[in-house]
Amino acid sequence: MPQPLNYLKETASQTAGPYVHIGLIPAMAGFDIFEKNFSNVLVTPKTPGERITLEGKVIDGSGTPLRDVLLEIWQANAAGRYNHPADRSTGVVDEDFRGWGRAVSDFESGLVTFETIKPGPIVDKTGRKSAPHVNVWIVARGINIGLNTRLYFSDGEAANAVDPVLNLVEPAGRRKTLIATRSERAGKVVYSFTINLQGPAETVFFDI
Amino acid sequence: MNARAPIPAVQDTRLNRPEPFTPRDGGFFQRDHSIHPPAHAPGYKSSVLRSPRQALLSIENSISEITGPVFGHNDLGPLDNDLIRNYAKDGDPVGERIIVHGRVLDETGRGVPNTLVEFWQANAGGRYRHRKDTYLAPIDPNFGGCGRALTNDAGYYYFRTIKPGPYPWRNYVNSWRPAHIHFSVFGSGFAQRLITQMYFEGDPLIPVCPILTTIPDKDALERLVAPLDLNASTPFDSLAYRFDIVLRGQRSTYFENRPEGN
Repeated sequence: MPQPLNYLKETASQTAGPYVHIGLIPAMAGFDIFEKNFSNVLVTPKTPGERITLEGKVIDGSGTPLRDVLLEIWQANAAGRYNHPADRSTGVVDEDFRGWGRAVSDFESGLVTFETIKPGPIVDKTGRKSAPHVNVWIVARGINIGLNTRLYFSDGEAANAVDPVLNLVEPAGRRKTLIATRSERAGKVVYSFTINLQGPAETVFFDI
Repeated sequence: MNARAPIPAVQDTRLNRPEPFTPRDGGFFQRDHSIHPPAHAPGYKSSVLRSPRQALLSIENSISEITGPVFGHNDLGPLDNDLIRNYAKDGDPVGERIIVHGRVLDETGRGVPNTLVEFWQANAGGRYRHRKDTYLAPIDPNFGGCGRALTNDAGYYYFRTIKPGPYPWRNYVNSWRPAHIHFSVFGSGFAQRLITQMYFEGDPLIPVCPILTTIPDKDALERLVAPLDLNASTPFDSLAYRFDIVLRGQRSTYFENRPEGN
């Protein structure tokens, strides 16, 4: 017998359930408990970068928006730098911008929104350049293991066309499921997205 | 008084936590899906319309997946890990007082330091403090049912609460959830993000739970069951349960500006 490797096994995932709000956004469950709360607002008035609203829904296999879904986003700052020690790229870190936010859908409409800035393009340590994107993680009742996807930006066609991850998506027609559409509303920039869990327009989900 | 000049602590203020911190910047170990529930698990009916049907697209970890949000003690309040006190209005909540403790580890067995662990649960009667929960068991006026903690340098966390009760739910007409506590864990990279549930040793509802039995691997299921840990109990006060959580391991970058390895 060879030596045992003795790796541990990852803990199994379980659904976040219908009451995920209690632990992660208690105000949405209907009560106030923590002194400090996490939210869907990633920016302060000082945050450098173009202010954007990310707005969208997650749709189930019957075409109905999920009204009990929780999304988290993780993104680089306007200089393309993640606020994390493993990112040793040259962009300036903005100490006030964590780059992470959490939101639950509206109980009626299913709408999910984030107030953030548009991230810059990302250059990793091998010099590989990625188009600006936001990383998305989705949990809810009925979702047994968190779903990972990305949002790219509709006005970034040139960068999107050479993005190494988008180019892995086949057939190419599915790439558009990862693109948020830019519009302006009352002077605010809004990027709209739809995440389809099933069906002909099923969003591309990643095994990361 | 001739006070010795204090040794300045090396602080990475961006991380809001003290050095030393050794970043590991390889990708995470490939996820072993055989120990996780499949997305589509028809016995858990809610999964039927909410499960992707296309294959997941496997991508090598880039900096977007290797990094993740960093939290610090500034994000927490002093009672956040004490569910007996953090919502108490005019007394202690009703129920069995328990301590839950354990370590957040990665697949190599290393503790995951300074990572955020969040938890939420029903009260002793199986009722959640949530606007959508209509179960007939009463709300406990002194129990909120959520808390959070940051692991220490060894990956250790603990909190105090009351043991949650089982409750019925709409799946089959007589489906009951075993007593459980929901856990949300971050790790150091977004690819380690995990939500799971902790169950209690000896609960007869465990083998018949349609959610728990979505896990296809018997050992993986049993790793969600916390044993009674009498040695960690507080005599005449609280029993204790031990729950270790394992996140994905991370590769080292052996041959690239890292002669020291890690």
